[in-house]
Amino acid sequence: MASDNIQLDKNGHLKHFLSTEGLSRNLLFDILDHAESFAGVGDRAVKKVPILRGKTIVNLFFEPSTRTRTTFELAAKRLSADVLNLNIAQSATSKGESLQDTLQTLEAMHCDMFVVRHASSGAAHFIASQVSPRIRIINAGDGNHAHPTQAMLDMFTIRRHKPDFTKLKVAIVGDILHSRVARSEIHALTTLGVNEVRVIAPLTLLPSKVESLGVHVFHDMEKGLENVDVIIMLRLQRERMRNALLPSEKEFFVSHGLTEEKLKAAKDDAIVMHPGPINRGVEIDTQVADGERSVILQQVSHGIAIRMAVMAMCMGSPDELSAVES
Amino acid sequence: MSPTQIDIESTISRMADSLKLHLKEREIDNPLIIGIQTGGLWVAEKIRSSLGISEANGVLNIAFYRDDFSRIGLHPRVSPSSLPFEIEDKHIILVDDVLHTGRTIRAAMNEIFDFGRPASITLVVLIDRNGRELPVEANISGKRLELNKDEHVKLLGPEPLALEFK
Repeated sequence: MASDNIQLDKNGHLKHFLSTEGLSRNLLFDILDHAESFAGVGDRAVKKVPILRGKTIVNLFFEPSTRTRTTFELAAKRLSADVLNLNIAQSATSKGESLQDTLQTLEAMHCDMFVVRHASSGAAHFIASQVSPRIRIINAGDGNHAHPTQAMLDMFTIRRHKPDFTKLKVAIVGDILHSRVARSEIHALTTLGVNEVRVIAPLTLLPSKVESLGVHVFHDMEKGLENVDVIIMLRLQRERMRNALLPSEKEFFVSHGLTEEKLKAAKDDAIVMHPGPINRGVEIDTQVADGERSVILQQVSHGIAIRMAVMAMCMGSPDELSAVES
Repeated sequence: MSPTQIDIESTISRMADSLKLHLKEREIDNPLIIGIQTGGLWVAEKIRSSLGISEANGVLNIAFYRDDFSRIGLHPRVSPSSLPFEIEDKHIILVDDVLHTGRTIRAAMNEIFDFGRPASITLVVLIDRNGRELPVEANISGKRLELNKDEHVKLLGPEPLALEFK
Protein backbone atom coordinates (compact mmCIF):
# COMPACT_ATOMS: atom_id res chain seq x y z
CA MET A 1 0.00 0.00 0.00
CA ALA A 2 2.94 2.33 0.59
CA SER A 3 3.40 2.79 -3.12
CA ASP A 4 -0.22 3.95 -3.41
CA ASN A 5 -0.16 6.28 -0.44
CA ILE A 6 2.39 8.31 -2.30
CA GLN A 7 -0.64 9.71 -4.15
CA LEU A 8 -2.07 11.34 -1.04
CA ASP A 9 -0.87 14.12 1.26
CA LYS A 10 -1.03 13.81 5.03
CA ASN A 11 -4.62 15.07 5.01
CA GLY A 12 -5.71 12.43 2.52
CA HIS A 13 -5.98 14.86 -0.38
CA LEU A 14 -4.77 14.00 -3.85
CA LYS A 15 -1.12 14.97 -4.24
CA HIS A 16 0.01 12.90 -7.22
CA PHE A 17 -2.36 11.09 -9.58
CA LEU A 18 -0.59 7.90 -10.54
CA SER A 19 -3.21 5.16 -10.51
CA THR A 20 -6.89 4.61 -9.82
CA GLU A 21 -5.80 1.72 -7.62
CA GLY A 22 -5.73 2.44 -3.92
CA LEU A 23 -7.91 5.55 -4.05
CA SER A 24 -11.18 5.68 -2.13
CA ARG A 25 -14.62 5.84 -3.66
CA ASN A 26 -15.09 9.33 -2.17
CA LEU A 27 -11.92 10.58 -3.76
CA LEU A 28 -12.92 9.23 -7.18
CA PHE A 29 -16.30 10.94 -6.80
CA ASP A 30 -14.48 14.16 -5.82
CA ILE A 31 -12.54 13.97 -9.09
CA LEU A 32 -15.76 13.48 -11.06
CA ASP A 33 -17.53 16.33 -9.22
CA HIS A 34 -14.66 18.75 -9.74
CA ALA A 35 -14.51 17.77 -13.41
CA GLU A 36 -18.21 18.58 -13.64
CA SER A 37 -17.40 22.09 -12.38
CA PHE A 38 -14.61 22.52 -14.92
CA ALA A 39 -16.62 21.11 -17.83
CA GLY A 40 -18.41 24.42 -18.45
CA VAL A 41 -15.21 26.45 -18.85
CA GLY A 42 -14.93 25.41 -22.50
CA ASP A 43 -18.27 27.09 -23.26
CA ARG A 44 -17.28 30.54 -22.01
CA ALA A 45 -16.20 33.61 -23.95
CA VAL A 46 -12.83 33.30 -22.23
CA LYS A 47 -12.09 29.59 -22.03
CA LYS A 48 -9.88 29.94 -18.99
CA VAL A 49 -9.98 30.13 -15.22
CA PRO A 50 -7.03 31.71 -13.39
CA ILE A 51 -6.57 29.00 -10.76
CA LEU A 52 -3.09 27.81 -11.83
CA ARG A 53 -1.78 31.15 -13.08
CA GLY A 54 1.95 31.37 -12.53
CA LYS A 55 2.40 27.59 -12.32
CA THR A 56 4.48 25.68 -14.84
CA ILE A 57 3.41 22.26 -16.00
CA VAL A 58 5.72 20.04 -18.03
CA ASN A 59 4.36 17.38 -20.34
CA LEU A 60 7.15 14.87 -20.01
CA PHE A 61 6.51 12.36 -22.76
CA PHE A 62 8.98 9.53 -23.15
CA GLU A 63 6.56 7.80 -25.50
CA PRO A 64 4.81 9.48 -28.41
CA SER A 65 1.17 10.50 -27.97
CA THR A 66 -0.84 13.20 -29.68
CA ARG A 67 -4.29 12.94 -28.17
CA THR A 68 -3.35 12.55 -24.52
CA ARG A 69 -0.64 15.21 -24.70
CA THR A 70 -2.91 17.66 -26.47
CA THR A 71 -5.74 17.30 -23.96
CA PHE A 72 -3.31 17.65 -21.03
CA GLU A 73 -1.89 20.76 -22.67
CA LEU A 74 -5.33 22.23 -23.26
CA ALA A 75 -6.41 21.39 -19.70
CA ALA A 76 -3.33 23.10 -18.26
CA LYS A 77 -3.86 26.16 -20.43
CA ARG A 78 -7.53 26.43 -19.46
CA LEU A 79 -6.31 26.54 -15.86
CA SER A 80 -3.96 29.40 -16.90
CA ALA A 81 -0.78 27.41 -16.25
CA ASP A 82 2.27 27.74 -18.48
CA VAL A 83 2.96 24.53 -20.37
CA LEU A 84 6.18 23.02 -21.60
CA ASN A 85 6.05 20.02 -23.93
CA LEU A 86 9.05 17.74 -23.81
CA ASN A 87 9.18 14.70 -26.03
CA ILE A 88 12.13 12.74 -24.90
CA ALA A 89 13.35 9.90 -27.05
CA GLN A 90 13.94 7.02 -24.76
CA SER A 91 17.49 5.85 -24.42
CA ALA A 92 17.85 2.21 -23.59
CA THR A 93 21.16 2.63 -21.78
CA SER A 94 21.47 4.00 -18.26
CA LYS A 95 17.79 4.98 -18.27
CA GLY A 96 17.54 5.57 -14.54
CA GLU A 97 20.47 7.91 -14.45
CA SER A 98 19.51 10.01 -17.43
CA LEU A 99 15.94 10.26 -16.15
CA GLN A 100 17.16 11.64 -12.84
CA ASP A 101 19.30 14.18 -14.66
CA THR A 102 16.30 15.28 -16.68
CA LEU A 103 14.19 15.66 -13.53
CA GLN A 104 16.82 17.66 -11.71
CA THR A 105 17.20 19.97 -14.67
CA LEU A 106 13.46 20.61 -14.81
CA GLU A 107 13.26 21.14 -11.06
CA ALA A 108 16.02 23.72 -11.35
CA MET A 109 13.80 25.55 -13.83
CA HIS A 110 11.13 25.85 -11.10
CA CYS A 111 8.53 23.69 -12.79
CA ASP A 112 5.62 22.68 -10.55
CA MET A 113 4.07 19.61 -12.13
CA PHE A 114 5.20 16.83 -14.43
CA VAL A 115 2.71 14.96 -16.58
CA VAL A 116 4.53 11.74 -17.37
CA ARG A 117 4.03 9.26 -20.19
CA HIS A 118 6.53 6.41 -20.26
CA ALA A 119 6.81 2.96 -21.85
CA SER A 120 7.95 1.39 -18.58
CA SER A 121 5.41 0.35 -15.97
CA GLY A 122 5.98 2.19 -12.72
CA ALA A 123 7.81 5.16 -14.28
CA ALA A 124 5.42 7.77 -12.85
CA HIS A 125 5.61 6.20 -9.37
CA PHE A 126 9.39 6.19 -9.61
CA ILE A 127 9.49 9.83 -10.62
CA ALA A 128 7.07 10.80 -7.84
CA SER A 129 9.37 9.13 -5.35
CA GLN A 130 12.43 10.97 -6.68
CA VAL A 131 11.32 14.57 -7.11
CA SER A 132 11.37 17.22 -4.40
CA PRO A 133 8.20 17.47 -2.27
CA ARG A 134 6.81 20.58 -3.98
CA ILE A 135 6.56 18.84 -7.40
CA ARG A 136 3.32 17.09 -8.37
CA ILE A 137 3.19 14.14 -10.76
CA ILE A 138 0.36 12.96 -12.99
CA ASN A 139 0.60 9.64 -14.76
CA ALA A 140 -0.36 9.96 -18.42
CA GLY A 141 0.25 6.26 -19.07
CA ASP A 142 3.04 3.97 -17.91
CA GLY A 143 3.77 0.76 -19.81
CA ASN A 144 1.05 -1.84 -19.30
CA HIS A 145 0.36 -0.54 -15.82
CA ALA A 146 -2.01 2.42 -15.59
CA HIS A 147 -3.62 5.32 -17.42
CA PRO A 148 -5.72 6.84 -14.65
CA THR A 149 -6.94 10.01 -16.38
CA GLN A 150 -8.27 7.94 -19.27
CA ALA A 151 -10.11 5.71 -16.80
CA MET A 152 -11.59 8.69 -14.96
CA LEU A 153 -12.75 10.44 -18.12
CA ASP A 154 -14.50 7.20 -19.01
CA MET A 155 -16.11 7.11 -15.54
CA PHE A 156 -17.20 10.72 -16.12
CA THR A 157 -18.71 9.80 -19.48
CA ILE A 158 -20.50 6.79 -17.99
CA ARG A 159 -21.92 8.87 -15.14
CA ARG A 160 -23.21 11.53 -17.53
CA HIS A 161 -25.27 8.84 -19.28
CA LYS A 162 -25.96 6.45 -16.42
CA PRO A 163 -25.74 8.21 -13.05
CA ASP A 164 -25.98 5.18 -10.75
CA PHE A 165 -22.84 3.05 -10.97
CA THR A 166 -24.26 0.35 -8.72
CA LYS A 167 -26.82 -0.67 -11.32
CA LEU A 168 -24.41 -1.09 -14.20
CA LYS A 169 -22.95 -4.00 -16.08
CA VAL A 170 -19.83 -2.89 -17.91
CA ALA A 171 -17.89 -4.91 -20.50
CA ILE A 172 -14.29 -4.15 -21.44
CA VAL A 173 -13.43 -5.75 -24.77
CA GLY A 174 -10.18 -6.51 -26.56
CA ASP A 175 -6.52 -6.51 -25.69
CA ILE A 176 -6.76 -6.59 -21.90
CA LEU A 177 -3.25 -8.02 -21.57
CA HIS A 178 -1.37 -5.00 -22.86
CA SER A 179 -3.88 -2.35 -21.86
CA ARG A 180 -3.01 0.12 -19.12
CA VAL A 181 -6.43 1.63 -19.80
CA ALA A 182 -8.16 -1.66 -18.94
CA ARG A 183 -6.32 -2.00 -15.63
CA SER A 184 -7.18 1.53 -14.56
CA GLU A 185 -10.79 1.10 -15.71
CA ILE A 186 -11.22 -2.11 -13.71
CA HIS A 187 -9.92 -0.49 -10.51
CA ALA A 188 -12.08 2.59 -11.00
CA LEU A 189 -15.23 0.63 -11.88
CA THR A 190 -14.94 -1.74 -8.92
CA THR A 191 -14.13 1.12 -6.52
CA LEU A 192 -17.16 3.07 -7.74
CA GLY A 193 -19.31 0.04 -6.96
CA VAL A 194 -20.30 -1.10 -10.45
CA ASN A 195 -22.60 -4.11 -10.27
CA GLU A 196 -20.59 -6.27 -12.67
CA VAL A 197 -17.38 -5.74 -14.63
CA ARG A 198 -16.76 -8.13 -17.51
CA VAL A 199 -13.72 -8.53 -19.68
CA ILE A 200 -14.10 -10.08 -23.11
CA ALA A 201 -10.99 -11.21 -24.96
CA PRO A 202 -9.30 -14.13 -26.63
CA LEU A 203 -7.26 -16.22 -24.20
CA THR A 204 -3.97 -14.91 -25.61
CA LEU A 205 -4.89 -11.31 -24.80
CA LEU A 206 -5.87 -11.85 -21.17
CA PRO A 207 -3.48 -11.48 -18.24
CA SER A 208 -3.24 -14.52 -16.00
CA LYS A 209 -5.32 -14.32 -12.82
CA VAL A 210 -7.37 -11.45 -14.23
CA GLU A 211 -10.33 -12.77 -12.19
CA SER A 212 -8.52 -11.70 -9.03
CA LEU A 213 -9.30 -8.08 -10.01
CA GLY A 214 -12.98 -8.85 -9.44
CA VAL A 215 -14.06 -9.24 -13.06
CA HIS A 216 -15.97 -11.94 -14.94
CA VAL A 217 -14.11 -13.34 -17.92
CA PHE A 218 -15.73 -14.07 -21.26
CA HIS A 219 -14.17 -15.20 -24.52
CA ASP A 220 -17.32 -15.07 -26.61
CA MET A 221 -18.63 -11.61 -27.57
CA GLU A 222 -22.32 -12.50 -27.78
CA LYS A 223 -22.33 -14.02 -24.31
CA GLY A 224 -20.15 -11.33 -22.78
CA LEU A 225 -22.18 -8.43 -24.16
CA GLU A 226 -25.49 -9.88 -23.05
CA ASN A 227 -27.48 -7.25 -21.14
CA VAL A 228 -24.57 -4.85 -20.56
CA ASP A 229 -25.10 -1.09 -20.12
CA VAL A 230 -21.66 0.06 -21.15
CA ILE A 231 -19.17 -1.34 -23.67
CA ILE A 232 -15.59 -0.14 -23.50
CA MET A 233 -13.65 -1.19 -26.59
CA LEU A 234 -9.86 -1.20 -26.41
CA ARG A 235 -7.45 -0.36 -29.16
CA LEU A 236 -5.75 -3.38 -30.67
CA GLN A 237 -2.05 -2.66 -30.90
CA ARG A 238 -1.03 -3.85 -34.33
CA GLU A 239 2.41 -4.96 -33.19
CA ARG A 240 0.66 -7.74 -31.23
CA MET A 241 0.17 -9.52 -34.50
CA ARG A 242 3.89 -9.76 -34.97
CA ASN A 243 4.23 -11.38 -31.57
CA ALA A 244 1.90 -14.14 -32.81
CA LEU A 245 -0.71 -13.50 -30.14
CA LEU A 246 -3.33 -13.18 -32.85
CA PRO A 247 -3.68 -14.82 -36.25
CA SER A 248 -4.77 -11.71 -38.18
CA GLU A 249 -6.64 -8.45 -37.81
CA LYS A 250 -9.41 -9.79 -39.97
CA GLU A 251 -9.90 -12.81 -37.80
CA PHE A 252 -9.89 -10.64 -34.67
CA PHE A 253 -12.57 -8.45 -36.20
CA VAL A 254 -14.73 -11.50 -36.90
CA SER A 255 -14.37 -12.83 -33.36
CA HIS A 256 -14.08 -9.70 -31.20
CA GLY A 257 -14.73 -6.65 -33.39
CA LEU A 258 -17.83 -4.70 -32.34
CA THR A 259 -20.48 -4.70 -35.08
CA GLU A 260 -24.14 -3.63 -35.10
CA GLU A 261 -24.99 -7.34 -35.06
CA LYS A 262 -22.99 -8.11 -31.91
CA LEU A 263 -24.22 -4.92 -30.27
CA LYS A 264 -27.76 -6.36 -30.30
CA ALA A 265 -26.84 -8.54 -27.33
CA ALA A 266 -26.31 -5.47 -25.14
CA LYS A 267 -29.11 -3.40 -23.63
CA ASP A 268 -30.99 -1.15 -26.05
CA ASP A 269 -29.60 1.98 -24.43
CA ALA A 270 -26.05 0.67 -24.00
CA ILE A 271 -23.31 3.18 -24.77
CA VAL A 272 -20.16 2.35 -26.75
CA MET A 273 -16.82 3.82 -25.69
CA HIS A 274 -13.28 3.70 -27.07
CA PRO A 275 -10.17 5.47 -25.76
CA GLY A 276 -8.94 6.16 -29.30
CA PRO A 277 -7.30 6.23 -31.66
CA ILE A 278 -9.69 3.81 -33.35
CA ASN A 279 -8.66 1.01 -35.69
CA ARG A 280 -11.79 0.95 -37.81
CA GLY A 281 -12.56 -2.52 -39.04
CA VAL A 282 -10.21 -4.12 -36.50
CA GLU A 283 -11.77 -3.74 -33.04
CA ILE A 284 -14.80 -1.70 -34.06
CA ASP A 285 -16.93 -1.35 -37.16
CA THR A 286 -17.21 2.15 -38.64
CA GLN A 287 -20.99 2.00 -38.40
CA VAL A 288 -20.79 1.44 -34.64
CA ALA A 289 -17.99 3.95 -34.04
CA ASP A 290 -20.01 6.68 -35.75
CA GLY A 291 -23.40 5.34 -34.65
CA GLU A 292 -25.84 6.86 -32.19
CA ARG A 293 -24.71 4.66 -29.29
CA SER A 294 -21.14 5.85 -29.66
CA VAL A 295 -19.94 8.41 -27.09
CA ILE A 296 -16.35 8.36 -28.35
CA LEU A 297 -16.15 12.09 -29.15
CA GLN A 298 -17.74 13.01 -25.82
CA GLN A 299 -14.93 11.07 -24.16
CA VAL A 300 -12.42 13.40 -25.79
CA SER A 301 -14.02 16.59 -24.46
CA HIS A 302 -14.57 15.02 -21.04
CA GLY A 303 -10.86 14.24 -21.02
CA ILE A 304 -10.09 17.95 -20.78
CA ALA A 305 -12.43 18.44 -17.79
CA ILE A 306 -11.02 15.41 -15.94
CA ARG A 307 -7.45 16.54 -16.53
CA MET A 308 -8.30 20.04 -15.31
CA ALA A 309 -9.81 18.51 -12.18
CA VAL A 310 -6.85 16.30 -11.26
CA MET A 311 -4.32 19.02 -12.07
CA ALA A 312 -6.16 21.53 -9.88
CA MET A 313 -6.65 19.00 -7.08
CA CYS A 314 -2.98 17.94 -7.04
CA MET A 315 -1.69 21.51 -7.27
CA GLY A 316 -4.11 22.56 -4.56
CA SER A 317 -2.69 20.08 -2.09
CA PRO A 318 -0.52 22.36 0.04
CA ASP A 319 2.43 21.09 2.04
CA GLU A 320 1.13 22.88 5.08
CA LEU A 321 -2.56 23.56 5.46
CA SER A 322 -3.29 27.06 6.65
CA ALA A 323 -6.98 27.72 6.27
CA VAL A 324 -7.69 31.42 5.94
CA GLU A 325 -11.19 32.91 5.89
CA SER A 326 -11.88 35.58 3.33
CA MET B 1 -25.42 41.27 18.53
CA SER B 2 -27.84 38.39 18.51
CA PRO B 3 -29.29 36.91 15.31
CA THR B 4 -32.84 37.65 16.40
CA GLN B 5 -32.19 41.39 16.25
CA ILE B 6 -32.11 41.33 12.45
CA ASP B 7 -35.31 40.56 10.57
CA ILE B 8 -33.84 39.21 7.36
CA GLU B 9 -37.04 39.16 5.32
CA SER B 10 -37.86 42.81 5.95
CA THR B 11 -34.21 43.78 5.52
CA ILE B 12 -34.15 42.19 2.08
CA SER B 13 -37.41 43.86 1.12
CA ARG B 14 -35.95 47.25 2.14
CA MET B 15 -32.86 46.43 0.08
CA ALA B 16 -35.07 45.68 -2.92
CA ASP B 17 -36.76 49.08 -2.55
CA SER B 18 -33.42 50.91 -2.40
CA LEU B 19 -32.23 48.90 -5.36
CA LYS B 20 -35.29 49.87 -7.42
CA LEU B 21 -34.57 53.53 -6.70
CA HIS B 22 -30.89 53.06 -7.49
CA LEU B 23 -31.69 51.45 -10.85
CA LYS B 24 -34.24 54.14 -11.68
CA GLU B 25 -31.75 56.94 -10.95
CA ARG B 26 -29.29 55.30 -13.31
CA GLU B 27 -31.93 54.55 -15.93
CA ILE B 28 -31.21 50.83 -15.88
CA ASP B 29 -34.16 48.96 -17.34
CA ASN B 30 -33.38 45.30 -17.76
CA PRO B 31 -30.85 44.22 -15.18
CA LEU B 32 -29.77 40.62 -14.69
CA ILE B 33 -29.04 39.15 -11.28
CA ILE B 34 -26.05 37.01 -10.36
CA GLY B 35 -25.79 35.42 -6.92
CA ILE B 36 -22.57 34.16 -5.37
CA GLN B 37 -22.75 30.60 -4.02
CA THR B 38 -24.36 29.79 -1.71
CA GLY B 39 -25.70 32.51 0.59
CA GLY B 40 -25.62 35.18 -2.09
CA LEU B 41 -27.83 33.03 -4.25
CA TRP B 42 -30.55 32.80 -1.58
CA VAL B 43 -30.61 36.58 -1.17
CA ALA B 44 -30.52 36.99 -4.97
CA GLU B 45 -33.64 34.82 -5.38
CA LYS B 46 -35.65 37.01 -3.00
CA ILE B 47 -34.46 40.19 -4.68
CA ARG B 48 -35.35 38.81 -8.08
CA SER B 49 -38.94 38.14 -7.07
CA SER B 50 -39.23 41.62 -5.47
CA LEU B 51 -37.98 43.23 -8.67
CA GLY B 52 -40.23 41.04 -10.82
CA ILE B 53 -37.38 39.89 -13.06
CA SER B 54 -38.48 36.88 -15.08
CA GLU B 55 -35.06 35.75 -16.24
CA ALA B 56 -33.41 33.13 -14.01
CA ASN B 57 -30.54 34.23 -11.82
CA GLY B 58 -26.95 33.46 -12.71
CA VAL B 59 -24.86 31.56 -10.20
CA LEU B 60 -21.18 32.17 -9.54
CA ASN B 61 -18.94 29.67 -7.85
CA ILE B 62 -15.77 31.66 -7.45
CA ALA B 63 -13.68 28.68 -6.30
CA PHE B 64 -11.48 28.86 -9.40
CA TYR B 65 -10.89 32.59 -8.94
CA ARG B 66 -9.97 32.72 -5.26
CA ASP B 67 -6.65 34.26 -4.34
CA ASP B 68 -5.99 31.76 -1.57
CA PHE B 69 -5.90 28.65 -3.79
CA SER B 70 -2.19 28.07 -3.25
CA ARG B 71 -2.77 28.14 0.50
CA ILE B 72 -5.96 26.14 0.95
CA GLY B 73 -6.50 24.28 -2.33
CA LEU B 74 -9.75 23.53 -4.08
CA HIS B 75 -12.99 23.95 -2.22
CA PRO B 76 -14.81 20.65 -2.12
CA ARG B 77 -18.03 19.93 -3.98
CA VAL B 78 -19.53 23.22 -4.98
CA SER B 79 -21.70 23.25 -8.04
CA PRO B 80 -20.32 25.02 -11.11
CA SER B 81 -20.90 28.59 -12.18
CA SER B 82 -23.85 28.95 -14.48
CA LEU B 83 -24.77 32.17 -16.24
CA PRO B 84 -27.78 31.30 -18.41
CA PHE B 85 -27.63 34.59 -20.30
CA GLU B 86 -25.26 36.83 -22.27
CA ILE B 87 -23.19 39.17 -20.09
CA GLU B 88 -22.07 41.43 -22.93
CA ASP B 89 -23.38 45.00 -22.47
CA LYS B 90 -25.86 43.94 -19.75
CA HIS B 91 -26.42 45.65 -16.42
CA ILE B 92 -25.54 43.16 -13.72
CA ILE B 93 -26.72 43.09 -10.12
CA LEU B 94 -24.19 41.08 -8.14
CA VAL B 95 -25.54 39.72 -4.86
CA ASP B 96 -23.67 38.26 -1.89
CA ASP B 97 -24.62 37.53 1.70
CA VAL B 98 -21.67 39.06 3.56
CA LEU B 99 -19.18 41.68 2.38
CA HIS B 100 -16.06 41.32 4.51
CA THR B 101 -12.54 41.51 3.04
CA GLY B 102 -13.75 42.24 -0.49
CA ARG B 103 -11.74 39.35 -1.93
CA THR B 104 -14.81 37.33 -2.90
CA ILE B 105 -16.21 40.28 -4.86
CA ARG B 106 -12.85 40.82 -6.58
CA ALA B 107 -12.87 37.15 -7.62
CA ALA B 108 -16.53 37.33 -8.72
CA MET B 109 -15.94 40.38 -10.91
CA ASN B 110 -12.93 38.70 -12.53
CA GLU B 111 -15.06 35.67 -13.29
CA ILE B 112 -17.91 37.77 -14.71
CA PHE B 113 -15.49 39.42 -17.14
CA ASP B 114 -14.44 35.98 -18.39
CA PHE B 115 -18.02 35.55 -19.59
CA GLY B 116 -18.19 38.95 -21.29
CA ARG B 117 -18.06 42.72 -20.76
CA PRO B 118 -21.03 43.95 -18.74
CA ALA B 119 -22.37 47.50 -19.12
CA SER B 120 -22.29 47.91 -15.33
CA ILE B 121 -22.16 45.95 -12.07
CA THR B 122 -24.19 46.96 -9.02
CA LEU B 123 -23.14 45.28 -5.78
CA VAL B 124 -25.86 44.28 -3.31
CA VAL B 125 -25.04 42.64 0.02
CA LEU B 126 -27.17 41.61 2.97
CA ILE B 127 -24.48 42.22 5.61
CA ASP B 128 -21.78 44.86 5.23
CA ARG B 129 -19.22 44.17 7.94
CA ASN B 130 -15.93 45.84 8.73
CA GLY B 131 -12.58 44.31 7.76
CA ARG B 132 -12.10 45.41 4.16
CA GLU B 133 -8.75 44.49 2.60
CA LEU B 134 -9.60 45.71 -0.90
CA PRO B 135 -11.25 48.92 -2.15
CA VAL B 136 -14.66 47.30 -2.69
CA GLU B 137 -17.91 48.87 -1.47
CA ALA B 138 -21.52 47.82 -1.88
CA ASN B 139 -24.05 50.03 -3.69
CA ILE B 140 -26.84 48.61 -1.56
CA SER B 141 -26.45 46.89 1.81
CA GLY B 142 -29.04 45.59 4.23
CA LYS B 143 -27.24 45.94 7.54
CA ARG B 144 -23.89 47.30 8.65
CA LEU B 145 -22.10 45.35 11.40
CA GLU B 146 -19.01 46.13 13.43
CA LEU B 147 -17.46 42.83 14.46
CA ASN B 148 -14.20 41.87 16.09
CA LYS B 149 -11.52 40.39 13.87
CA ASP B 150 -12.13 36.87 15.19
CA GLU B 151 -15.91 37.12 14.89
CA HIS B 152 -17.65 35.71 11.86
CA VAL B 153 -21.15 36.00 10.49
CA LYS B 154 -22.66 33.49 8.09
CA LEU B 155 -26.02 33.23 6.37
CA LEU B 156 -27.87 29.94 6.90
CA GLY B 157 -30.68 28.88 4.57
CA PRO B 158 -32.34 28.62 2.19
CA GLU B 159 -35.57 28.48 4.25
CA PRO B 160 -35.74 30.21 6.59
CA LEU B 161 -32.79 32.54 6.23
CA ALA B 162 -30.93 33.09 9.49
CA LEU B 163 -27.63 34.57 10.57
CA GLU B 164 -25.08 32.58 12.48
CA PHE B 165 -22.51 34.40 14.60
CA LYS B 166 -19.27 32.76 15.70
